Amino acid sequence: MASEAAELVFDEATKQYAGRAEPAVDHLSLTVPAGEICVLVGPSGGGKTTALKLVNRLIELSSGDIRIDGTSVKAQNLVQLRRGIGYVIQQVGLFPHMNVEANIGTVPRLYGRSKAWVHTRSQELLELVGLDVSYGKLYPAQLSGGERQRVGLARALAADPPLMLMDEPFGAIDPIVRARLQDEFLRLQREVRKTVVFVTHDIDEAIKVGDRIAILREGGRLAQYDPPATILEHPADDFVAEFVGADRALKALALRTLADLELRPPAGVDGAPRLSAETTLRDALSLLLAEKRDTLLVVDHRGNAVGSLTKDDLLR
Amino acid sequence: MSIVLASGGPVIPSFGKGSSCEIHNGWFCAGWVRAHWGDTLQPALIQHVELAVVAVAIGFVLASALAFAGFRFRLLDPPIGFLADFLYTIPSLALFQLLVPFTGVTETTVEIALVSYTLLILYRNMIEGLRSVPPDALEAARGSGFTRLQTLLHVELPLALPAVIAGLRIATVSTVSIATVAALVIPKGLGQPIFIALEQDVFKTEILSAGGLAVALALCADGLLVLTQRALTPWARLERSA
Repeated sequence: MASEAAELVFDEATKQYAGRAEPAVDHLSLTVPAGEICVLVGPSGGGKTTALKLVNRLIELSSGDIRIDGTSVKAQNLVQLRRGIGYVIQQVGLFPHMNVEANIGTVPRLYGRSKAWVHTRSQELLELVGLDVSYGKLYPAQLSGGERQRVGLARALAADPPLMLMDEPFGAIDPIVRARLQDEFLRLQREVRKTVVFVTHDIDEAIKVGDRIAILREGGRLAQYDPPATILEHPADDFVAEFVGADRALKALALRTLADLELRPPAGVDGAPRLSAETTLRDALSLLLAEKRDTLLVVDHRGNAVGSLTKDDLLR
Repeated sequence: MSIVLASGGPVIPSFGKGSSCEIHNGWFCAGWVRAHWGDTLQPALIQHVELAVVAVAIGFVLASALAFAGFRFRLLDPPIGFLADFLYTIPSLALFQLLVPFTGVTETTVEIALVSYTLLILYRNMIEGLRSVPPDALEAARGSGFTRLQTLLHVELPLALPAVIAGLRIATVSTVSIATVAALVIPKGLGQPIFIALEQDVFKTEILSAGGLAVALALCADGLLVLTQRALTPWARLERSA
């Protein structure tokens, strides 16, 4: 059942609904390399969710093809195809009548896994998504929104699928919990290395979680498909530039940390703000502006200064 | 004794032999109940339970089949609903008599009538229960690779259970109540002692004890179903308080 991450290819994938002038997804071609997170982002009407659902055939292609590790989704048995793809949705869709453990175990149980196997697996997954193993006995109604989405994620991972589809998974969660879930999702992804297609309407979320971002515009056309830094520094056209926002230069700063820069010697800068090397350039700049300083000290995890940086260094 | 006769007093059972409570047709003569538990009340109670259990069981099976059909093929829902509605509106006294020419003075006649009254409540609750399944749970099931049958068995049916049992409770209580009228057709059930008491110048003790047993039976059955529901759907109470 389990497997390595899979390469996902959209090949001229098109969805045209009968009686509509414009297609929902228009000749979408892009490749998601195995083990990477591809974020589909764009305004409503851009067809991001449609594109996602074409992969597990909750919506059927009108023309073109989608291949997972070279095999067309059209060539596969619908049920087998879906069991091999983790699926996470905004409303989570936990089964209210099953406890957390049974929810996590649904797909393995369909594969015929034993209760004992599911028990062990769900405990592993609860730990992986940052929940105590005692949560296994609780019902969805006893969980908070953030906890439910963690369980939803664990359920999608249960059968160890090579591909995950995530449709606005953190969209219904308050900003503080959302930021934490994003961080934990990225930590988890470093462990499990799935190929992920992640839909969001939030460009900041896209920049934060995406290895690559596909920006879709009205009519389901691909406007740009690039890593976040490229999109921010070289938007393909005015639509992309406007979509990523006037603050795209600042957003680009958030992609890099002080560790990425060449440090000056730490001498002779007494009283400067002290920041760890993991601080983003954006946060560092913000602090310098707030404290009206020109220089900061970079410190290691014991608090010893290892170097210094000026405001100009951050912006270079 | 002749004085009592001359005064045109009530003609009560075991006239002249019973206690003074029975002779004066008191509200509740415990002695009569003790004396006639074995030969009247207990057999009537057992027959009543049998009538009701058979009716609810057959009604449940029929309504389930109809509900699956009406749920799967939406076009069938209105005609099935209308038929169940229609059956439910026929007064029970009339329905018993209407059936006699076809099925005779038999238990079958009684059961047909009782079953037809359970259909509406059971069918409507089953359909509502199946339709009340949250759409996000259905999408998750579909996206996770559940077949249609697996969705029905593992998601839709368990989630419909609270509504189904709610329907069973109403159907059971009303069947226990309507089954007393069955004594018009066959001499069975708790209706039988009530009819006899009515014929014997309204012998109050017999009416109250048989009627009371019918009420107690309905309450017990309802209580059992509540316990069953709690045992089968521990999640349902959490959902409501969440």
